[in-house]
This record gives sequence, C-alpha cells and structure tokens, in this order.
Amino acid sequence: MNEAPKLNSFRAGPDEEGRFGIFGGRFVAETLMPLILDLQDEWNKAKSDPSFKADLEKLGAHYIGRPSPLYFAERLTAELGGAKIYFKREELNHTGSHKINNCIGQILLAKRMGKTRIIAETGAGQHGVASATVAARFGLPCVVYMGATDVERQAPNVFRMKLLGAEVKPVTAGHGTLKDAMNEALRDWVTNVDSTYYLIGTAAGPHPYPEMVRDFQSVIGQEAKEQILAAEGRLPDLVIAAVGGGSNAIGIFHPFLDDEGVKIVGVEAGGKGLDGDEHCASITAGSPGVLHGNRTYLLQDGDGQIKEGHSISAGLDYPGIGPEHAWLNDVGRVEYVPIMDHEALEAFQILTKLEGIIPALEPSHALAEVIKRAPKMGKDEIILMNLSGRGDKDIFTVGKILGMGQ
Amino acid sequence: MTARMEKRFADVAAEGRPVLVTYFMGGDPDFDTSLAIMKALPKAGADVIELGMPFSDPMADGPAIQLAGQRSLKAGQTLAKTLELARLFRGEDQHTPIVLMGYYNPIYIYGVDRFLTDALEAGIDGLIVVDLPPEMDDELCIPALKRDINFIRLATPTTDDRRLPKVLENTSGFVYYVSMTGITGSALPDPSLIAGAVQRIKSHTELPVCVGFGVKTAEHARAIGASADGVVVGTAIVNQIASSLTEEGRATDATVPGVEALVKGLSAGVRAARLAAAE
Repeated sequence: MNEAPKLNSFRAGPDEEGRFGIFGGRFVAETLMPLILDLQDEWNKAKSDPSFKADLEKLGAHYIGRPSPLYFAERLTAELGGAKIYFKREELNHTGSHKINNCIGQILLAKRMGKTRIIAETGAGQHGVASATVAARFGLPCVVYMGATDVERQAPNVFRMKLLGAEVKPVTAGHGTLKDAMNEALRDWVTNVDSTYYLIGTAAGPHPYPEMVRDFQSVIGQEAKEQILAAEGRLPDLVIAAVGGGSNAIGIFHPFLDDEGVKIVGVEAGGKGLDGDEHCASITAGSPGVLHGNRTYLLQDGDGQIKEGHSISAGLDYPGIGPEHAWLNDVGRVEYVPIMDHEALEAFQILTKLEGIIPALEPSHALAEVIKRAPKMGKDEIILMNLSGRGDKDIFTVGKILGMGQ
Repeated sequence: MTARMEKRFADVAAEGRPVLVTYFMGGDPDFDTSLAIMKALPKAGADVIELGMPFSDPMADGPAIQLAGQRSLKAGQTLAKTLELARLFRGEDQHTPIVLMGYYNPIYIYGVDRFLTDALEAGIDGLIVVDLPPEMDDELCIPALKRDINFIRLATPTTDDRRLPKVLENTSGFVYYVSMTGITGSALPDPSLIAGAVQRIKSHTELPVCVGFGVKTAEHARAIGASADGVVVGTAIVNQIASSLTEEGRATDATVPGVEALVKGLSAGVRAARLAAAE
C-alpha cells in the first residue's frame, strides 16, 4: 500500500509502510526488522485497548501532572504590543519537559511486550531524564547513551539520570552529540534484541516510532485546543513550537493540522547562521536523505555523508528532523524557519525577566519567533506557543555565555 | 546472478571447499593503498571481494569498521572514488566477483539509476546495503535486479522461519548469514549453532549461504566453512590494516603485506574445511 495520505486531511499519515509522502519508512538492518514489526503489532493492539488508555490517563493525571496549564503571558503580550500570547506549559510536567508524555506511553508498551531492559538516547538530557524516571517508576534497568560533548554541557541532567539509577554511557564517536548517541543506542539494540526495548525520544526513527511518539505527544495539542477554546472561545491564529527531532512540535501541531485558519510554524536551530556548517536547520538548509531508519531532511554533503549540526541548545543539535515534519513542509501546511543562537539567548532572558519563567533553550527558539511575529499581528489575534521545557538545565551554559556569576 | 558470481561459486564448490569472502573498506587508509590491498586479495586466496563504501553513521558496525570508515572519509573517499577502485581493479582481474557493501544514503544521494549504471560499468557484481530490508525493496533491490546486479541480503538469528521467505524472496548471488545479533567485530558464537542455522536457511533456498560476523582466524574459517558455502572475513582484515598504520593513520610498508599474510592463512583455513569435515 503506497497510497498517498488523503489531501482532505493532513492527519491521515502515515500509510501502512510508515510513509508520510516520500518520507518515513523502515530503513533498518534485518536484525531489527522483526523487533520493529513486533512493536508495531503491540502498538496497534494497545491503541484499541481501553485498559492501555486508562493506564495512560491515570499516570498522566497523577504522575506527570496533566493537563498542563495554558498560560496567558500578559506582560510579554503588553511588552510586544501585538497578538495575545499563550504558553502551553509543558515545562511544568514532572521531569520538566514534554518528554515524559512519550516515555510513559512507551514504557507501558515495553511492559506489555515483556521487555526487561530500557535503552534510550539523549541530547539535552531531558529525554534521558524522563526515560530514567519511568524506568525507576516501573523497576526496569535503564542505559542512556549520550554524546560526550552533551555529557559535559548538560551536567545537571547527567547527575539526575545517575540518581535515578540509570547508567549513562558517554559516546565519543563523531562529535559526541545526539546523532552519535542514537547510532550507539541502535548498536546496543541490535546486540540485545531479546531483552531490550529502545525508547526513542523523538518523532523520528523507523516506523512505527514517528507515529507512536506523535500520538503520545498529541495530548499537548488536544489539551491546548480545549483550553484555548475555553479561554478565548476560538482557535489560535498561530501555533509555534521549536523543532529538533520534532516531538514537542508535532505534539502541539497535529490536532490543529486540519484547522484551516490556524497558521503553524516550526522553528529550527539556526545556530551561528545558515551560511556555514554551524547550524541544525535540517529543513531550511538540508535535503532529503536516509538516516536512523527513516527518509527525511538531513544536513549532509554531496556524497551523502551526514554533517554534524550545531546549536546552543543540545536538544536541537540533531542533523535530521522527524519525517512527518519533512512532509508537512513539502505539502506546505507548516512553515519552518530558523532562529539563531543569539536570538534564542535573548528570548531566554526576556521571558525570564518579564514572566518569571526560565525556559529551556529549545523553546527559547520558538519564543524568539514569537517575539518577531507578535508585534506585527493585531491585538485581537492569538499565538499559542509550546513552552516545552524548563531552563534549569541550561542556566550554567547561559551564565557562562553571559559572563554571570563567576 | 551475474555470470561472474555464479561461475566463481560453482568453480569453488567443484574444488570441494567453501568460498572465502574478504571485506575491506574502500579508501582505507587512502585510495592508492586500498587499491593495492584490493589487488592483493585474490592473489592471497580471496574468492569474492566485499568492497566497503564508507558512511559517516555506520549503525550496524563495530568500532573497527567505524574507524576504517572515518580514516577513509578523512582521506577524501567518496562513492565515486569507491566505484573507481572497482573499475581499476577490474582492469586487471575479470574473474573475482566484487560486492559493494555499505549504507543506503550515499547511494540515494548519488542517484539510484546513475549508481547502477556506474556500478555495472565498474564491474560490480552485487550489493549489500545494510539498512534496506525487504520492506524497502522498491528503493534499490528491484532496480538492481532488473539491471542484473545481485542484491545480497543478510539473514540473522532474528530472521525466523516465518520471516525467512520474505528475506529470501528477492535475494540473489548468495545469502549472507550474520552469525549473531550484534555489530560487526563481535565474538564468534558456537560453530555448531551456526551449522544448524545454515541448514535452516538452506532448506528454504538454493542459493549458497556464506557466514560472517566474528570470523577472525584460519581456525574460525575452517570451523565455519565445514558447514557453510562460504566464510566472510571483515573486521579481522580491517584490524590488520589499522595495526599497520602510523600514529597519524598513514600506510606503511607493512600494510599490504600484512593483509596478504592474513588472507593467505584464512585461505588455508577454508581449504582445510571440507577435508576436516569429511574426516
């Protein structure tokens, strides 16, 4: 079945082969194929199992703290003088980001499948912390692969994972960032096929991960939609989120994709600028290719070798993007734009000072785009932004750059 | 199956011994040295050559082959240059089958049609593309088979009887049985388990079955070769190359002779295999 998703809906993908248009698919070694097919079977069963849904909702409410609030940023709105700005406050979730939504869902699947060991990759450490957390909660051993560079720049999260009982394995291959951590996690999985569940943190990888992670994260957009209707009596004019692999973004975007009047913008890491190699803008500056189990936009050279990205934010530091984002870009439903390191840093400080919220550097990118757009919009218009994580993990990075406190 | 591949397997079978398949990374540590290595392989007793195409993110490979790929890319290797290696080799050897082995993205970026045209022109007989399972056959496997280039599939311990027919469906040339779940360069499992797995695969296909992953010594080659149609050696050769290099990763006078000596030993191993099995 290679039937294209129906054009009367942007929410029909992927097809049975895991494709969103030309993107997605299952580009993995044969050793992993049976595992991925098993996972897909279990996921299909779980989706229609009321007890699975009930477990998710119960843990969502009492463990994660859902629903997360929708917050009207009054002072920021006044300061920018344009559209009303609302934040979906995923940074208030247990463990401090949206990552836990997906981890709870996947560990329930791992338990259903009888797996006894969890592995995960992490960039900023938010997914690693969320994985270590659910592994502790369900009593399973957990190994987190993390690029050596990230281990250094995200030290507080490394400490957290270790406290939670996870083993953090620094990866020195390549530049020691998220891409290399994912390679190493795949090598572990291909070796420990019987016992191990690979808990992928973003809406990328081989089918069914992009669909599954999206569905676990779509709770963000579903809640936000109800909340904004309750608060404003109508849908937002603009929905914005930061995109690395793209799980927080697809989570808030997906429930709005078929709402015609809602403009949707994904913000990529522009790093130090798109002219050189020091950025992570896979869609804006990359091209379609195949990596980590799916076809998507990648940063690569003319020989198909994958480049190392750069971003001030370790969570956006990945040279690819989830396949559904690649497709949403090509069909024109979502606009993807880059934000530079310095713009994100400025946004980080503005939010901290105006609203008393320290955002993670990842959503600071989305915020920088909000700061650009809000003043140009009418006061009766509404922006909804996913504030996907809190900035505690980034305060040392930011402090160092700003020369504070030393 | 290409005539060259078919003939080589038939000729070796007539000798009553398994085929020795040798892997090395194209361009490691540099273009000229790897061409010299490639030319030395058949002379040392290799029957089939697997020519590695370097990739920045080799997800199914262990540290040895990862590092070989990095050395090769650092020395400026590209897919076009890997094809050029094959073409130059073919200039003096028209009989040894060449199988390109690597990952899909460099081929995808090169362009599948252009790649197949250039591969045929360079004298390539088969492809092993690690991240293209049968579910992705439309990408490269079917176009390659239409052009009469073998698409050699990996079967693994996780490929059960239910899945095996799907894996074998569009496989040609030979079946590459991966002796364990894991990455290249791991330890060799029990040869008797491998013999059972090879028999299981052979009950589903007429194709020759070659076994790889973990074969490092002549003794391994002999033991595996007792039950399989062929033995694949990769990491041991890559390690031999690595151990001969300077600290900066440059070739030395020992690089090519070191590979020759290793492959001669492995070749003696496969030549002793059936003899030993018959005893």
